[in-house]
Amino acid sequence: MLEVKNLHVQVDDKEILKGMDITVAPGEVHSIMGPNGSGKSTLAQVLAGRETYEVTEGEITFQGKDILDLEPEERACEGIFLAFQYPVEIPGVANTYLLREALNAKREYRDEKPLKHVEFGKLAKEKMKALGIDEDLLKRSVNAGFSGGEKKRNEIFQMQILEPTLAVLDETDSGLDIDALKIVANGVNSMRDSGRSFIVITHYQRLLNYIVPDFVHVMVDGKIVRSGGKELAHELEEKGYAGF
Amino acid sequence: MSVDLEKLAQEEYKYGFVTDVEQEIAPKGLNEDVIRMISSKKNEPEWLLEWRLGAYEHWQKMKEPRWAFLRYPKIDFNDISYYAAPKSNPRPKSLDEIDPEIKETYDKLGIPLEEQKMLAGVAVDAVFDSVSVFTTFKEKLAEEGVIFCSISEAVEEHPDLVRKYLGSVVPRGDNFYAALNSAVFTDGSFVYVPKGVRCPMELSTYFRINAENTGQFERTLIIAEEGSYVSYLEGCTAPQRDENQLHAAVVELIAHNDATIKYSTIQNWYPGDKQGKGGIYNFVTKRGRCVGRASRISWTQVETGSAITWKYPSCVLEGDNSVGEFYSVALTNRRQQADTGTKMVHVGKNTSSTIISKGISAGEGQNVYRGLVEIGKNAEKARNYTQCDSMLIGDRCGAHTFPYIEVKNSTAHMEHEASTSKIGEDQMFYCRQRGLSAEDAVSLIVNGFCKEVFKELPFEFAVEAEKLLSVSLEGSVG
Repeated sequence: MLEVKNLHVQVDDKEILKGMDITVAPGEVHSIMGPNGSGKSTLAQVLAGRETYEVTEGEITFQGKDILDLEPEERACEGIFLAFQYPVEIPGVANTYLLREALNAKREYRDEKPLKHVEFGKLAKEKMKALGIDEDLLKRSVNAGFSGGEKKRNEIFQMQILEPTLAVLDETDSGLDIDALKIVANGVNSMRDSGRSFIVITHYQRLLNYIVPDFVHVMVDGKIVRSGGKELAHELEEKGYAGF
Repeated sequence: MSVDLEKLAQEEYKYGFVTDVEQEIAPKGLNEDVIRMISSKKNEPEWLLEWRLGAYEHWQKMKEPRWAFLRYPKIDFNDISYYAAPKSNPRPKSLDEIDPEIKETYDKLGIPLEEQKMLAGVAVDAVFDSVSVFTTFKEKLAEEGVIFCSISEAVEEHPDLVRKYLGSVVPRGDNFYAALNSAVFTDGSFVYVPKGVRCPMELSTYFRINAENTGQFERTLIIAEEGSYVSYLEGCTAPQRDENQLHAAVVELIAHNDATIKYSTIQNWYPGDKQGKGGIYNFVTKRGRCVGRASRISWTQVETGSAITWKYPSCVLEGDNSVGEFYSVALTNRRQQADTGTKMVHVGKNTSSTIISKGISAGEGQNVYRGLVEIGKNAEKARNYTQCDSMLIGDRCGAHTFPYIEVKNSTAHMEHEASTSKIGEDQMFYCRQRGLSAEDAVSLIVNGFCKEVFKELPFEFAVEAEKLLSVSLEGSVG
């Protein structure tokens, strides 16, 4: 599904990713862990196509397609979703409005008819219930005045509506209490199937008790230094990153 | 961002066509004879001619104001024609008498003059260059005692009302452009809502500049008697031309006890091309007097057109407990310049005012908010809330804010909030990551930014305003 080979990325002439490799097959959940500043979030942003990051070397193929030249919206429509570490506030734009526009953009890309208000409303209500999201969150401006937990839940809610093929979760667990963490994890788990993959970026093993990964990778200084199964996360929790 | 957006930047102004009608156009230049000619064309009474000539005398002694943050070449007032009117029937009794070319023009603009085709509940006065060509729903409004007609017709049919109120809000010597307008104004709308009547429909005037080398000088007068309510909307477009054209209007509003006037503007005059060639110079004086207690005047404006905009819709809050409001969206793209804002003059006790201004600058546009809040010495417990937000798109545009506050009564309560933001790269990326194109993302973010103002517009026009904003923003990312 996703193949990243020898990826080098720089920001303001500073190299952040220094030869990153990762391969994700359909249906797999990969977790990337690593100390602050190791380049985890950079990877997430580059996969989504953020223009402030310059890819100097390497390749990214998604479902057999080279996506390096695709605009962020094209990658989104191809099925890549990023749950932001810091979801952005957009005052005056109703949450439901952005989401319906987004879903319909994606549908248009696939030559499908846009979803009508009523149909969208039904879909949104269904998903919201499962995530324990209050209905008035739909009417509020995108992320404006949301609590930390609400923002993260909103990201998962958007992911459920947009049904990506590859979802990248960038520290979705940070700042969540244990109940919110469970809700978020349930939201992810309910979407796991043989055709959908996840990359879960986190600092803590805690989240991985609820979203159990198939692979765990340790990222240090812009590349992956060790990969293993879920037990690697426990080892990291005990020993820290000092050994790398 | 993407290459396609560059193409959109070349997008033509949708309303730039010219209507081919036979017109009577006054020779260029301004002098007493021209004023006498305009007055006699309109069969005006002697007092009005005198009033015009007095204004002209004032004007000759005045200097063109240059304090605004606007750059434009000196206007040659003798290179403009002050009167242009279609030769066809000047005051048609029915639609059949209107020149079909003119009717078609309004159809093309999306303002069909047939009553059955109109938006339900909206009456229209159509002003074409210097004259009103038609007013719809007149009879229906007359049943309620509401007068809605062109100002020329009002001068003939309701001279006492016009004489009583004309210049009572904006005196003929008020400022350079108001004096010019008072001398040569040609048409515009007149509205009178009697005591206790809630006007049953939205009233609107659609201003169209068509003739070349002419200025448009319209005058609008709205009077709301005790306990009445009226909502009025104006829209404006003009053909695409290489030379600049002058538009200098005066609008006067009078609200008596417990009366409410809502005045909305969607201004989409031709803005000029990408290089800044052509476009309307829009110098407008708009003011309302809340003379009665608990009266209310609310200005809402969406300014997306014109090369130059100079406009400060204001409220004089004379009656105790009166309320003034100003909600504004001003967008400057390409080389457009806008210097706009409001004046809230608090005279009476417990008066309150609200100012919400949203300025958006894109391309090489320059956008200025200029506002005055004045609390008079007798204005006990006056309140003002001002919120003034600017948004920048790209790095070649500018936003400037000049708020003036003068408080002469210590019981006043003032709040002022201001912000300037660049359209966030992070906001853009967030929307695009969800699947929106760069252009849709800008439009979505800007419309969100303007939400507080749009919600003040009558519903149909709010939708219109959102669309207009999206079109005006085209090419702003690239």
